[in-house]
Amino acid sequence: MDGFFSTTAGLGLIIVAQCLLVIGFVMVSLLFLVYGDRKIWAAVQMRRGPNVVGVFGLLQTVADALKYVVKEVVVPAGADRTVFMLAPLTSFVLAMLAWAVIPFNDTWVLSDINVAILFVFAVSSLEVYGVIMGGWASNSKYPFLGSLRSAAQMISYEVSIGLIIVGVIISTGSLNFGDIVRAQDGDFGLFNWYWLPHFPMVFLFFISCLAETNRPPFDLPEAESELVAGYQVEYSSTPFLLFMAGEYIAIFLMCALISLLFFGGWLSPIPGLPDGALWMVAKMAFFFFLFAMVKAIVPRYRYDQLMRLGWKVFLPMSLAWVVIVAFLAKFEVLGGFWARWAIGG
Amino acid sequence: MGIADLSFWAFAITLITGGLFTVVARNPVHSVLWLILSFLSAAGLFVLIGAEFVAMLLIIVYVGAVAVLFLFVVMMLDVDFAALKAEMATYVPVAGLIGIVLLMQLGIAFGNWQFSEGIEGRLGNPTPSLDVAHNTQALGLILYDRYFLLFQLAGLILLVAMVGAIVLTLRHRVDVKRQDVVAQMMRDPKKAMELKDVKPGQGL
Amino acid sequence: MIAADLAIMIPEIILAIFAMAGLLMAVYTTKDGMAPALTFGTAIVLVIVAFYIGVTGEGTRIAFDGMFVDDAFARFAKVTILLSAAAVLVVGQDYMQKNNLLRFEYPMLVVLAVIGMMVMVSAGDLIALYMGLELQSLALYVVAALRRDSVKSTEAGLKYFVLGALSSGLLLYGASLVYGFAGTTGFAGIIDATAGGDVSIGLLLGLVFVTAGLAFKVSAAPFHMWTPDVYEGAPTAITALFATAPKVAAMALFARVVHDAFGNAVGDWQQIVAFLAVFSMFLGSIAAIGQTDIKRLMAYSSIAHMGFALMGLASGTAQGVEAMLIYMAIYVTMNIGAFAFIMTMEKDGRHITTISSLASFSSRQPAKAMALLLLMFSLAGVPPLLGFFGKYAVLWAAIEADMIWLAVAGVIASVIGAYYYLRIVYLMYFGEDREGLDGRMTLAPFVALMAAAIIMLAGIVNLFGIEGLAEAAAQTLVN
Repeated sequence: MDGFFSTTAGLGLIIVAQCLLVIGFVMVSLLFLVYGDRKIWAAVQMRRGPNVVGVFGLLQTVADALKYVVKEVVVPAGADRTVFMLAPLTSFVLAMLAWAVIPFNDTWVLSDINVAILFVFAVSSLEVYGVIMGGWASNSKYPFLGSLRSAAQMISYEVSIGLIIVGVIISTGSLNFGDIVRAQDGDFGLFNWYWLPHFPMVFLFFISCLAETNRPPFDLPEAESELVAGYQVEYSSTPFLLFMAGEYIAIFLMCALISLLFFGGWLSPIPGLPDGALWMVAKMAFFFFLFAMVKAIVPRYRYDQLMRLGWKVFLPMSLAWVVIVAFLAKFEVLGGFWARWAIGG
Repeated sequence: MGIADLSFWAFAITLITGGLFTVVARNPVHSVLWLILSFLSAAGLFVLIGAEFVAMLLIIVYVGAVAVLFLFVVMMLDVDFAALKAEMATYVPVAGLIGIVLLMQLGIAFGNWQFSEGIEGRLGNPTPSLDVAHNTQALGLILYDRYFLLFQLAGLILLVAMVGAIVLTLRHRVDVKRQDVVAQMMRDPKKAMELKDVKPGQGL
Repeated sequence: MIAADLAIMIPEIILAIFAMAGLLMAVYTTKDGMAPALTFGTAIVLVIVAFYIGVTGEGTRIAFDGMFVDDAFARFAKVTILLSAAAVLVVGQDYMQKNNLLRFEYPMLVVLAVIGMMVMVSAGDLIALYMGLELQSLALYVVAALRRDSVKSTEAGLKYFVLGALSSGLLLYGASLVYGFAGTTGFAGIIDATAGGDVSIGLLLGLVFVTAGLAFKVSAAPFHMWTPDVYEGAPTAITALFATAPKVAAMALFARVVHDAFGNAVGDWQQIVAFLAVFSMFLGSIAAIGQTDIKRLMAYSSIAHMGFALMGLASGTAQGVEAMLIYMAIYVTMNIGAFAFIMTMEKDGRHITTISSLASFSSRQPAKAMALLLLMFSLAGVPPLLGFFGKYAVLWAAIEADMIWLAVAGVIASVIGAYYYLRIVYLMYFGEDREGLDGRMTLAPFVALMAAAIIMLAGIVNLFGIEGLAEAAAQTLVN
């Protein structure tokens, strides 16, 4: 049996199994994330939320998904069929793709590539295509406007996300997630993590993530009061489900990214406790909770305010931060607090 | 045929197909989408030769930003591409001639290419080997050291591009109201509104 | 290591910092209110840098592994570029203000273009060459379209941009072939690779493409199509800029590429350059005859002049390069004078550029007409004036290099070309008075016009000593 797993076919099988494992994890999390999302809003708004299907309504999402799947797919008359169907697929597949390089524990990663962080960044910059294609292919006004808004918004905030990541990369000296997390390891538990040296950027990053994933208060592309449902107006059934799933997976990915970049990934916050994948999952869940709370609490931005915030506030701040971190790291201020590569972190 | 070979052929064929359909697609939006597919396959080819940093940059910059702007333009401009193409048909002979010339040059390049003597010495090896520094580090080293001048000049070119875009398009309209966010936030509620206690039945 | 390299580039660095500081300062203060002061300030800085280069530069210094070369040749070209750009800024300021075009970005874009030109003439590497070229071109595309409400100006900018991009493409294609052959983009490496006249067909193709790309930039026929439209469409002060500094930079770059990189393949490029020269001279001279717009006429005139300058280059000798440098210096002076006049051509407060409006100009403004007469004679190459010495130098260089046919063609083209210059003079002195110009010149253009005219006369004594400088410059380039 040992022999089989070292042949090409065996290795292939292992890789497929690992992929399925990650996909399975993400999909199962998805079910409960949507449920959790709705429960949290309900709690904030003093409602009960889903509570009928299954114990405490836990199976509500499963029921919803099934409902979407069995419904009829409606393609508008003037739509560009191919692109129309391609859009939700793109959205879903790309969101899934980025998980290939996300580590859950030391070496627990599908593909341990050198430029992992760039890969995630590249894939998330591609996600805009699902939205644009969907809006355009629907051949209808609201979806088109929604997709234009969305594309402009995602590109704008990608810039500041990229610059913030650059700061982290400078501190680490590597583009690999494993290295980034290991650089945050130290004797002081959570005070070794990057949220402290990169303190102001944690907030910027979180807010940019909200905008990048079209979450409230930046859900202008699907602002229901203005555009009905933005680029998703003409979608129904499984394609719509794919869009929704893609969106949530992207959000969950951003949670993973925040945990890895600023909050030590799988490292334990308290010195002495063992590190492990559970910490990672717990951190991701916590940040998802924050996403949900923001959605429940904060009112929607106006579009020009959104653009102003992105270009006139976040971009200069993150750009300045890159320069500052470069100096702090170069001269190893505070004994390499910003230069983990210099102290063998 | 190993997996690398297989991937090479897959990427190469996709690249060429994408390029072909970029040109022949009737719908300009489809053209751009095909173009994006070719970019992605090109990135795949870069990964295969071990240039993963360049591959990711290709995706981030070209697919993530430049192609989106292309898509914006072709989606929003009401250009009659059919008419444009019809007009283009008159230039087909010239285009064909240029194509043939380029093809012949490629033929020279691949068939009868002659390197200068002592080319090995001149080629040099600007980057350290992959064991010493990985791709990204090596690229950074030569970019900020050997090619420092060119890097800075590229920065100046981008500055000119930015200034140029502003000079040619920015119009400062005087007769519109603008939002001054800071002024709004700094506004004192006490000065802006007055609370009156209105007694029932009396009015102000 | 970098510090030593940067020390060689001090003039460029100063200008870059000046441009960025100027932009920031203007943006955060009165914006376009700063523009007149900024324009004069820029001119002063350009002149200071020119003096700095002229006074402190000595010997040949190489920076960044040979990517940047500071030698006598580069310094000669740089001083010419800087002084002409400064002159155009000062002379054109009034015109720009009158036409409401004096934005604060204008002088800053000119400075950035000048940095590009300086990098071009100092380039020791194909990539540095391309970077300089693009920096210069991009800034010039923008200023060409500066009058954005005018269809013609926009058209000029767009045409310039599209054709410029095409020529950059040609140049890059050629550069890639050269790199493929030589295995390096450095000029020093390329000249090594061709040692012993070993030129393969691939390199030859690369050479042809690079030459074609450069010919676009110097507006040599048959790559001249953009010139008349851009000259006509761009605001006149900017046309004056196009006619001067970039031409010098492109010519100097041309000389550097063919001598520094392809110095071992003289026979190969000589034919191409000679062809470009002859074609440009004849096309420029003949096509100018039918023009009614003086800016278009100046465009064709510049094509013809580039032909003459290329003739010097075509001889492939140090003497030829020297002749080319002298020719360019004289050409630039004449053009600044001529454009100083064209900028102030006005009737009823409106800028007009028709040639017929010059009719019987001499009866109203004899001094200015006299100055223009001198400039036109000089442009035509009429013997006692400076323009003649420029032509004489290039013709002599061609004869010395045994290219008698080229010299003969030059003489014939020059005779044809004289016709349209003389037509202007004829109109001024003997034309029927019909619409007449009535604009008044302000100080700067007037001084420029008169100074240029006086130089045309006074320079014949000893060419102000530029002959010696040009000779030294040419010696460092060839060999």
